Amino acid sequence: MKMRSVSRPLTLALALLAATPALANKAFVSNERGNTITVVDTDTWEVITEFPGGNRPRGITISPDGTKLYVCASDDNLVRVFDTETYKEIGTLPSGPDPELFVISSDGKHLYIANEDDNLVTVTDTEQGVVLAEVPVGVEPEGMGISPDEKWVVNTSETTNMAHFIDTSDYKIKHNVLVDQRPRYAQYTADGKRLFVSSEIGGTVSVMDIAPDGAPTLVTKIEFEVPGVLPEWLQPVGVKVTQDGNRIFVALGPANRVAVIDGESLEVLDYIIVGQRVWQLAFTPDEKYLLTTNGNSNDITVIDVKAEKAIKSVQVGQQPWGVVVTPN
Amino acid sequence: MRYVLMPLLAAVLAVLGASGALALDLRAAVLRVDYETLLPISRFDLRAEDLGFAGAMLADEDNGTTGRFLGHTYETIHKATDPEGADAALDEILGQGITLIVVLARDADVLRLADRAAEAGALVLNASAPGVALRDEDCRGNLLHIAPSNAMMADAVAQFAVWKQWKRWFLVSGSNPADIELAEAYRKAARKFGAKITDERTFEDTGGARRTDSGHVLVQRQLPVFTQGAEGHDLLIAADATDYFARYLGYHHWSPRPVMGSAGLWPTTFHAAHEAWGATQFQTRFEALTGRYVKPEDYNVWLALRVVGEAVTRASTDDAMALRDYALSDDFELAAFKGQKVTFRNWNGQLRQPILLYDGMITVSVSPQDGFLHRVSPLDTLGLDRPESACSAFN
Repeated sequence: MKMRSVSRPLTLALALLAATPALANKAFVSNERGNTITVVDTDTWEVITEFPGGNRPRGITISPDGTKLYVCASDDNLVRVFDTETYKEIGTLPSGPDPELFVISSDGKHLYIANEDDNLVTVTDTEQGVVLAEVPVGVEPEGMGISPDEKWVVNTSETTNMAHFIDTSDYKIKHNVLVDQRPRYAQYTADGKRLFVSSEIGGTVSVMDIAPDGAPTLVTKIEFEVPGVLPEWLQPVGVKVTQDGNRIFVALGPANRVAVIDGESLEVLDYIIVGQRVWQLAFTPDEKYLLTTNGNSNDITVIDVKAEKAIKSVQVGQQPWGVVVTPN
Repeated sequence: MRYVLMPLLAAVLAVLGASGALALDLRAAVLRVDYETLLPISRFDLRAEDLGFAGAMLADEDNGTTGRFLGHTYETIHKATDPEGADAALDEILGQGITLIVVLARDADVLRLADRAAEAGALVLNASAPGVALRDEDCRGNLLHIAPSNAMMADAVAQFAVWKQWKRWFLVSGSNPADIELAEAYRKAARKFGAKITDERTFEDTGGARRTDSGHVLVQRQLPVFTQGAEGHDLLIAADATDYFARYLGYHHWSPRPVMGSAGLWPTTFHAAHEAWGATQFQTRFEALTGRYVKPEDYNVWLALRVVGEAVTRASTDDAMALRDYALSDDFELAAFKGQKVTFRNWNGQLRQPILLYDGMITVSVSPQDGFLHRVSPLDTLGLDRPESACSAFN
């Protein structure tokens, strides 16, 4: 029990190092209303700490080396950067107004940020701390996805209802695809051949085939149906796909469920009951677990990916929004 | 689980390259009829000069941002007129070749203007008139209703009251025709959802000063007496469409019961404190553009023009009747910061929408309430339903 003491992260880390070859990973959860970040140990599922995250923290990601945590502090109109060990703020980055969601390049040098209030996607250089480009997109930009080859960044605009394909070589939009109402999230498969875009109010996930040159073709829309739940409440938000592409997980907002979809047939196989108003999702690096943020029950649900079952819920701060797990 | 394989052609069309779409330049108008009225009871309800027009400005920006990717532009002209000048103002709009017209006016004027517009093949979007008859026997094929009806508003309140188990109502209504019509909507709502009106009184509109330095002194003496001795009730429902007494009822009502309807907790399409479902973004955009808080009329006009914009985006046409047809089709859906998509009742042209219940500061609740079900949509538990509708213009 002593080992679980939250005041001794170093002891804990050393102990785990001795016991197993892998270090414990940490999940960072942004609490939109509480203005904090909760840190959760992904071995013990204990809360390690909670620290101030700026005003209205939403989008959250981590540098590829796992040392820096980036948080969209929406009401501060900037990105806050924290040390993932000390939890101290080590700087801020310009983000454009009202940053909501972002993706990071694999070398950690670029953040692609959706500015919800300003109809822009801002590209920020994380090393120089400067804005490299502002790309005008549709109304209320929200979802951000990056292609595995990093040639494309996809932004979804919630009121325009499009997925905008931004070419990262010149920051120009090359394709626009109309999707259903209030597109929230864009997620490529690891092989880059497919893109999924969730539409919260439309109640669908649009599936696009991606050609070798990056051009999208809308092929189908996945719909959802749960007996006893009004169709109006089946609102897809966060989307994650396993590395092998076999499973797609979709958070269904106020339906309090995560849909499990077969990557091949695109059929919904199951609905996993999680906390209330399930929003964003993140895998642990080994893909053993999928974490969900549940905005109305102030917790995260831990899903065993292989078993496709919810195994635990962990109380975090007020109105958890986003989640990211440190890499191995 | 179901998924739909779209026809190949549709899929190809849906992928819109930078140059592939048909260029369209949309022109619309907002026609606002300004009536002689006394000052509102509360200064917070003073009418802004740009009431309604501000919503059109935001809609043009929103539609224009989307249109940029499709080669569509949007321009909306604004026209305010007194009631006598309404027909001439409409003729001037029609004379410019504009066939998409949002109207802010009272029921009788909306109906007359819609008929006049029909002769020019124009579509009218009603952003204010609440009369049930406009959606019933007086419905028109070229008239879509963005504003909810009195029946939808009354049903929204009734569902909440019934959900609370506050089923005994004391109905206090005004004496003007609009008040009488609103009171009737509450009587119907009570019958529809199993509430009982245990007592009913009319507060006569005798004219005179409304807002004076010492008005509250008189109000404090008069209203307890006026409401004294009412039969047992859980709730006072005020039907005051002309805004001359309902706001005074809270705290001056004889019995310690809440007030709903035209004051206390009232139904509205939108208010400036609404933040759920991404509405904060709407508020921020609106306030940055106009320098003031949004009013329901602004939201209704914005929504009317977003209906047009969404139909243009999806149907790639600027023909008013083709846009109407698309809006009424099963393909149409629109996000409106209400937590679910809004669509049209294709049998009378009314927009289905959740109704916010507002206490002047926050969204207290949103109707339809949990447990009120309907074979088409829970939204159809609000207002006139298809089987009872006498509207035939959409057949």
